[in-house]
Amino acid sequence: MDWSALTLSLKLAAWTVLILLPLGIWAGQALAAHHFRGKAWVEALLALPLVLPPTVLGYYLLVAMGSASPIGQFYESVFGKPLVFSFEGLLLASVIFNIPFAIQPMQRGFEAIAPEVRDAAACCGLSRWRTLWRIELPLAWPGILSAVVLTFAHTLGEFGVVLMVGGSIPGETKTVAIAIYDRVQAFDTAGAGVMSAVLLLISLLAIGAAYFTNARTRIRRHG
Amino acid sequence: MAEGIRVRLQQSGPIPLDASLQCTPGQVLALVGPSGSGKTTVLRAIAGLLRAAAGEIHSNSECWFDAQRSINIETRHRRVGYVFQNYALFPHLSALHNVMEAMLDRPAAERESRARDVLARVRLSGLEDRVPAALSGGQQQRVAVARALAREPKVLLLDEPFSAVDRATRQRLYRELAELKRDLAMPVILVTHDLDEALMLADQLCVLHQGRTLQIGEPYAVMTRPDTVEVAQLVGLRNVFRAGVIGHDEARALTIIEWRGHRLEVRLQVAFEPGTQVTWVIPQGHIMLHRRDRPSRGERENPVSGPVIECLPMGENVALSVAVNGLDRPPLFLTVPAHVARRNGIATGVEIGLSLLADGIHLMPSDDTRTPAKPR
Repeated sequence: MDWSALTLSLKLAAWTVLILLPLGIWAGQALAAHHFRGKAWVEALLALPLVLPPTVLGYYLLVAMGSASPIGQFYESVFGKPLVFSFEGLLLASVIFNIPFAIQPMQRGFEAIAPEVRDAAACCGLSRWRTLWRIELPLAWPGILSAVVLTFAHTLGEFGVVLMVGGSIPGETKTVAIAIYDRVQAFDTAGAGVMSAVLLLISLLAIGAAYFTNARTRIRRHG
Repeated sequence: MAEGIRVRLQQSGPIPLDASLQCTPGQVLALVGPSGSGKTTVLRAIAGLLRAAAGEIHSNSECWFDAQRSINIETRHRRVGYVFQNYALFPHLSALHNVMEAMLDRPAAERESRARDVLARVRLSGLEDRVPAALSGGQQQRVAVARALAREPKVLLLDEPFSAVDRATRQRLYRELAELKRDLAMPVILVTHDLDEALMLADQLCVLHQGRTLQIGEPYAVMTRPDTVEVAQLVGLRNVFRAGVIGHDEARALTIIEWRGHRLEVRLQVAFEPGTQVTWVIPQGHIMLHRRDRPSRGERENPVSGPVIECLPMGENVALSVAVNGLDRPPLFLTVPAHVARRNGIATGVEIGLSLLADGIHLMPSDDTRTPAKPR
């Protein structure tokens, strides 16, 4: 069992969720409540990581963050180290490939709120913040929870993008998914089996907790 | 400056509007019209949920909207109480917290006790802690009314508030609203497509069609004395006919018209010159059936007769169509109680006599097209 890989995976997943949570709430709410020209294109762009092969996405991220790119050069000049093959680079890639997993469930959550409920909040004199905090967030909660769980579990399991952008540097970019592949390559099926079982358990617990909480919310709200 | 709310809205699309109305504190104005006539659009514009292309909205001395001066106060600063068609309660909050959410400008300490007072006023004491899903339709409607009142609004907007409850509950809620109305110190605008509802609850009736306000007035007056044929049709008047004006008899306060060879005496309406064509209308309540067994004095008033061509039982009443002077002409419609129909042996084909009461005959400018107005 490669504990450092597991810790790294959990750290990566936690940071990804932390960054995508506010971003997803903002984007999900905006997409649910507003209609604008080109909205379909924005939604398509945000959904792209769902259909793009991870290696293709990984390749473009590698090129975009490499030392030859403006982003890579900027990062290197500020922090004095390359962005690719680092935890920070891996986190950036993780945030990008998780965008659809975070935004889509949240958008559906906000869309499930009847437009009149928002109108009623305005008529009650609620500010935008108060409406978000008191009305929209509690009502969109099942969607937000789904987004958190999906993003977390998906980050734990992502392989292709991680390998392309992060490589397999122990303690820095070697996640548990990579470690499992490593173990199999080294004919250590027992080690791979243990790590796979741990990953399976964590994913099952996360998704089970989400379903359980959503079911309870539904019962409370609809009697 | 006039008290209450004054609204003037104009736009050509996406929903055409050419509406102008006002409502004073304590008054209930019913906005009626067929579905899609723009009733809800007018309410939404007053609340600031929709911005009209042109016009003004003033509440007392405050200007809420003025397209020309680019004034458009946000909804949350307008102080409107809005009861939505499906109530739009906050589903995750209890009745009490639904109401408290509308009182954020009050000190936190007094919100709860005041919210309980408002809920008691709409007879919901004891149900404060229930979420909307655990309340009946009628109770939800009352929470919505309480929430709207808790805002201490400058205008109360009710969007078909009785459409989502059953008949029995509706009757009870009518009575409650009628009672509540006496204590309300703000203008109330009630959107409905039910004319009986308007007649029961409203002080003013405003007929809206394709976004245009056609006529505003005291409900009974609008429904019996419409300005135009279009309004007559919209308020459900079916007896609309054409006639020629013969002259006026000012001494007897009568105008004489000729209709299908009958000289009809009608309420004096000097605006119509002798010799001109007019359209006249009579509400069903002003048509008197001649009884076979006991002729009365009233029968001398504009008597007409003809065979019953349709006799439709409708619960306790019977709807009759009577052909006056020819089967090929539009018939007269009237409704009589079922027992009266039975006692007088009324059935299809039977000849009956009617009196058209002079006071109920209302004249309007002649309408040559007779077709609904085209959208502007």
